[in-house]
Amino acid sequence: MSFRNLTIGAVAAAVVAASSAVTPAAAQEGIYVPLLTYRTGAFAGSGIPIADGMHDYLRMLNERDGGIGGVKLIIEECETGYDTTRGVECYESVRAKNPVVVNPYSTGITLQLIPRASVDQIPVLSMAYGLSAAADGEVFPWVFNPPVTYWDGASVFIKHVAEVEGGMENLEGKTIGLLHLDAPYGREPIPVLEALAVEHGFDLKLYPVAAQDMQNQGSVWLNVRRDRPDWIYLQGWGAMNPTAVREAVRNNFPIDRLVGVWWAGGDEDARAGGEQAAGYKSLNFHGAGADYKVIEDIITHVHDKGLSQFPRDRVGDNLYNRGIYNSMLVAEAIRTAQEVTGNKVVTGPDVRRGLESLNITEERLAELGMEGFAAPVEVTCKDHSGHHNVYVAQWDGTKWTRLTDWTSPMTEYVRPLIQEAAASYAAANPGWPTRSEVCDSE
Amino acid sequence: MIYREAGQYKTSYAADMAVFPLRQDRIGIAVIIALAYSMAYFGTDFLLQAVLIPFLIFALAAIGLNLMVGYAGLLSLGTGGFMGVGAYACYKLMTAFPDVNVIVWVLMSGFFSAGIGVFFGLPSLRIKGFYLAVATLAAQFFLQWSFNRIPWLVNYNISGAIEAPLRTLFGTAIVGPTASANARYLVVLTLVIFLTWIASNIVHGRIGRQWMAIRDMDIAAELMGIKLLQAKLLSFAVSSYFCGVAGAMLVFFWLGGAEYNVFNINQSFLILFMVIIGGLGSLIGSFFGAALIFMMPIGLGIVLPAIFEPLGIRVGAETIEHLRFMILGALIIFFLIVEPHGLARLWQIAKQKLRVWPFPY
Repeated sequence: MSFRNLTIGAVAAAVVAASSAVTPAAAQEGIYVPLLTYRTGAFAGSGIPIADGMHDYLRMLNERDGGIGGVKLIIEECETGYDTTRGVECYESVRAKNPVVVNPYSTGITLQLIPRASVDQIPVLSMAYGLSAAADGEVFPWVFNPPVTYWDGASVFIKHVAEVEGGMENLEGKTIGLLHLDAPYGREPIPVLEALAVEHGFDLKLYPVAAQDMQNQGSVWLNVRRDRPDWIYLQGWGAMNPTAVREAVRNNFPIDRLVGVWWAGGDEDARAGGEQAAGYKSLNFHGAGADYKVIEDIITHVHDKGLSQFPRDRVGDNLYNRGIYNSMLVAEAIRTAQEVTGNKVVTGPDVRRGLESLNITEERLAELGMEGFAAPVEVTCKDHSGHHNVYVAQWDGTKWTRLTDWTSPMTEYVRPLIQEAAASYAAANPGWPTRSEVCDSE
Repeated sequence: MIYREAGQYKTSYAADMAVFPLRQDRIGIAVIIALAYSMAYFGTDFLLQAVLIPFLIFALAAIGLNLMVGYAGLLSLGTGGFMGVGAYACYKLMTAFPDVNVIVWVLMSGFFSAGIGVFFGLPSLRIKGFYLAVATLAAQFFLQWSFNRIPWLVNYNISGAIEAPLRTLFGTAIVGPTASANARYLVVLTLVIFLTWIASNIVHGRIGRQWMAIRDMDIAAELMGIKLLQAKLLSFAVSSYFCGVAGAMLVFFWLGGAEYNVFNINQSFLILFMVIIGGLGSLIGSFFGAALIFMMPIGLGIVLPAIFEPLGIRVGAETIEHLRFMILGALIIFFLIVEPHGLARLWQIAKQKLRVWPFPY
């Protein structure tokens, strides 16, 4: 009995004592870059390659160049499990250590952090996810979503359909389905597709998949068989994507007419459909595969030294490369911030200015060893996304290949919608601050 | 020696029926409340925002569920849904009537939740136990579906989320991104103490005794003249009220915004675990349960690297996450084996032992 009480007491005391001593042991000289990642839970399949890609690129900079501008990067991961509550807890725990930028890697967490970014003076980089309206830098000076928004993606999908069908005029009378996760993320492309459906006379069918039915899409695909859409755009995440590809194969849906958003472009997503999944398409904004100089450097400086957790033979996976791309944006923003402000050890507000002055040219990409890996990216004070070009990739049965050239989104449609949505966001939140931050890029 | 009632005489019925009959208990509670308030000035942002505020809110939700499961013996799995009703009702009221103080709306939003709770509680007169749990599960799924599919509830917000607009109390921001953790903590603490006091009075009075009679044997209770329908529906209403207020506080004083899936079935289970681990039919147990289920993982997240890193073992974020799950699971089983009646019972045993210390007989 006394031992039992002693044990209970000891456990309780240890936890209480440690929770009260939360003072972080950081205080090390360097630039603190927290990575909110998820390697556990239902979305870990997509989360692990991204987490490793982000980590490995930054680690490579530390190993090869000694950080950025001579300042080491302090990289720390916090596990969110793709859960909003845990993500906010992570944000709180990293906030005390003066992060220069936060990558929430979840639309839900991003939505929580958007109002706090300007208060806490920490820029939020939600690379090609999050709130599309955040592309309006006048309303959201602290939130960035380069290189494209979901709305741009949907418009590129329609462009691709028109190209295959032989012109925009041939869209008349066609049926286009949107197979989407029934959550804010999945519903993002609806306004743009609806506007385009009216303009070009095609019929838009919505196929929502509830989060708990991600792996059980049988009933949704019965509707697909009834409606016989000519094309399907897939806006899914996690286990929903491989299930959709498998169902498409099983239902004899022409696989080359199923086009996924970039988050539906994981290697595992396509591989799930087996051999018949060859032909599945997905939008993309960076190269897949390992034949780039930057990836060679990562292998030499990180993998060969045993500093990476990622299996060597999977290097070059599409989502691993996406993590690298994300980290490249972070690193370039820090470098630009150092140039713009003259500070070596930059802070959150400095990196916000760096992100607004971000201009990654072809020459710069070549210096980074990313020739052909990515398209140039430019972010301005007004435009926090840039609405850059994307291309359509196709799964050949074993790897992703580039099908089309870089295609520009229909910015003329997307931009007014973004400004309207940003204005209504600000109107719905009385007391939303008007922009007072400096602008360096104009 | 220090904790005993020798010399404290009860000279009136009121003194005999007091919630805290011992002077030492009253002093203890006063000290705890004083300490809790002082945390608003001494606590770091992380301690307030990531630990104490959510702990208090979850404790309130656990009290709400405990009123129903622990006191009235009605098993419910719809807590997440009822919390969501409170949050969405509060959001609609706040945005429709922005000039009314937000605390009024937080307290009012519970009534909407209570109404929904009564509606889904109607089958409770006919069904009991696990069958009732399934009926409330239906409420959970239906409500969660509504939050997702009815755009009116989120004011047609394109992101489908509710966000906390800026609201003040005495000129200080208490809701919204600019509200400091200290201000929000003070408001949450005050509301939780106030509502706990109300709950304590309810369970110690006539209504609470009715519920306990129904829990122990409903036919006997009916024969004694307790109207089952009213009493059971009242327990649904009161329980949902507390859960609704907790849900509104969760969104507006802690998260600052929420998607529909914050109020999913996992939330319901989490609160139910807090009630079971803490102790069925105990208000203090609700606090213990919330502390164990919510604070333990955060504590482990800090303790584990502190233990491993001096040993030269580098633990990744995901390993900690796995260890958290394993240790928490083991602890839950450990506590349930050591004391199946929850932490509240352990607390009682400790107090009993302290009374006879140092001369146990």
